[in-house]
Amino acid sequence: MVQSDKKVTTDKTNKSGPALIGTSGDSLREAFGKVLVNLAERYPNFVVFDADIAGGTGTHHFRKAYPERFFQFGIAEQNMMAVAGGFASTGVVPFVTTFAVFCLRALEQARLSIAYPRRNVKIVASHPGLDVGPDGASAQALEDIAAYRAIPGMVVVSPADPLEVEQATEAILNYEGPVYMRTGRSPARRIVGPDYRFELGKGRIVHEGSDVTIVVCGVEVARALDAAQQLAQEGISARVVNMSTIKPIDTELLVRCAKEIGCFVTAEDHNIYGGLGSAVAEALAQTNPCPIEFVGVRDVFGESGEPDELAEKYELTGPSIAAAAKRVMERKRRG
Amino acid sequence: MLKTLAALANAIRRESLAAIYAAGSGHPGGSLSSADLLAYLWVKELRWHSGNPGDFERDRFVLSKGHACPALYAAVAEVGLIPHRMLLTLRKLGSPLQGHPHVLDTPWVETSTGSLGQGFSAAIGMALGLRYKGSPARVYVMLGDGELQEGEVWEGAMCAGHYKLDNLCGIVDYNKMQSDDLNENIMGLEPLRAKWEAFRWHVIEINGHDFEEMSAAFAEARRTKEKPTIIIAHTVKGKGVSFMEGSPLWHGSVKLRDEELVQALRDLGTPEDEIVRYLDGTI
Repeated sequence: MVQSDKKVTTDKTNKSGPALIGTSGDSLREAFGKVLVNLAERYPNFVVFDADIAGGTGTHHFRKAYPERFFQFGIAEQNMMAVAGGFASTGVVPFVTTFAVFCLRALEQARLSIAYPRRNVKIVASHPGLDVGPDGASAQALEDIAAYRAIPGMVVVSPADPLEVEQATEAILNYEGPVYMRTGRSPARRIVGPDYRFELGKGRIVHEGSDVTIVVCGVEVARALDAAQQLAQEGISARVVNMSTIKPIDTELLVRCAKEIGCFVTAEDHNIYGGLGSAVAEALAQTNPCPIEFVGVRDVFGESGEPDELAEKYELTGPSIAAAAKRVMERKRRG
Repeated sequence: MLKTLAALANAIRRESLAAIYAAGSGHPGGSLSSADLLAYLWVKELRWHSGNPGDFERDRFVLSKGHACPALYAAVAEVGLIPHRMLLTLRKLGSPLQGHPHVLDTPWVETSTGSLGQGFSAAIGMALGLRYKGSPARVYVMLGDGELQEGEVWEGAMCAGHYKLDNLCGIVDYNKMQSDDLNENIMGLEPLRAKWEAFRWHVIEINGHDFEEMSAAFAEARRTKEKPTIIIAHTVKGKGVSFMEGSPLWHGSVKLRDEELVQALRDLGTPEDEIVRYLDGTI
């Protein structure tokens, strides 16, 4: 057996290599990686776990700035997830970072070793939904919100833009308990202004309206704003709610919208079963039942393609949301 | 007066069976095979002297083969850390002694286990976290042999070897038998020593029913630096009970009948008057 004593180290940041695909200073994952660095001084009590995918999740920024607080687990997500539970028992908060599909792979570890013991672990998943794009269906997690939402005590968050990611990251750090947060791969549009304040468990009205309420999270918030603009040209006033905390859902705001408007569209880059739409329907069914149309991936797997092409094909774009809005208003009108 | 280790292990066996009998279900085979190791760990090896389960500097013990928890609960009761009377509430509604260990319910249980492989990873997390915080506390984790078929165990083994976690000591309760049959007939584990060595662990093999060998092995584990240690403890499934020894029938969750408990307690040298009290739950 030959073993080399020579330690090979690489620092990708100082080398010219192939151009990185799909990275953008404005993606949610980049915003997440950068805010971790910004929070590190003020919050000395967290560490970051990675499964050989730091360049993809944005945590390479943290690895470079705080190597002693960065732990590599290799391509072994199940172990990483349960290790995080044990690590958290020593009073340090791990951010467990990988792709959303691999959070599905380690779902049972998140259940038994994190949620059941109520460990203070933050699971942050990049690359959710069709937004993953060309890698295709194997990497496009359309089930993660449903799966994590079903774990008792697990908070589920899906912010919409880089500023909200920054605020949400600090908010979940200040929350004591297990959290699952989605970021995103593609460049994300700015949605909220500098005066925006993310609050865990609260939805925010990002566009006021009175004819229909569109409840959205993640990449769909930008598309809902497109829909609101299109609807406005047709004389329809749409309220857009950024429901960035999916669990616990903001029932109070939903009830208010139900009373003031009385019909809903939900839209998410996720299977229509079990995600945001289901959470909204569950809340309204128990309080103020009213018509809802669900925009999302209709119980099929995705495929390769650019995110915008996929959104078009799987009917997640502004026009699809606008069409759903008109359908639900018609249902409300007919009673 | 502290019982001898052998007497203590015997008490752990009796009480595990009494608890399983009272519960109407539970896993006797792996509880009996691990009883001697648990006795040694809780009396001689683990540092819990403050008696406070929240003491940060305590050594941690994780029963990754969570189904053997009757023996863990009995061991913790025997050293006086939980009340004996609690044992008869095993698996009952509202009991702090869950059918598989749960950290929020039971003092001295460090993480929730019962899904094989996970306790091992969580123990690695504790060892890594304790080292990160500069604590001298050590982490001990007991695995079953069937458990070694879980892929997560080898992810964890690679991880602990990579991080040179010398504050971590694993113990394999190698009774050669799992739920349905011999390991070898289900999914062979050999060569087991070579596997752990290949994952950069220090390996010690012992007879898991011999206290002197345990003493030497745990001392060696403490001395071993820059590597985690795994103690492969060769044990007998159902050890101490004639009709359970070497039989996979008693691995799984079983209901112990009156006559089975009586025979088992007799095999363990229990006086007849005590057997009566085990049966009616007054002991």
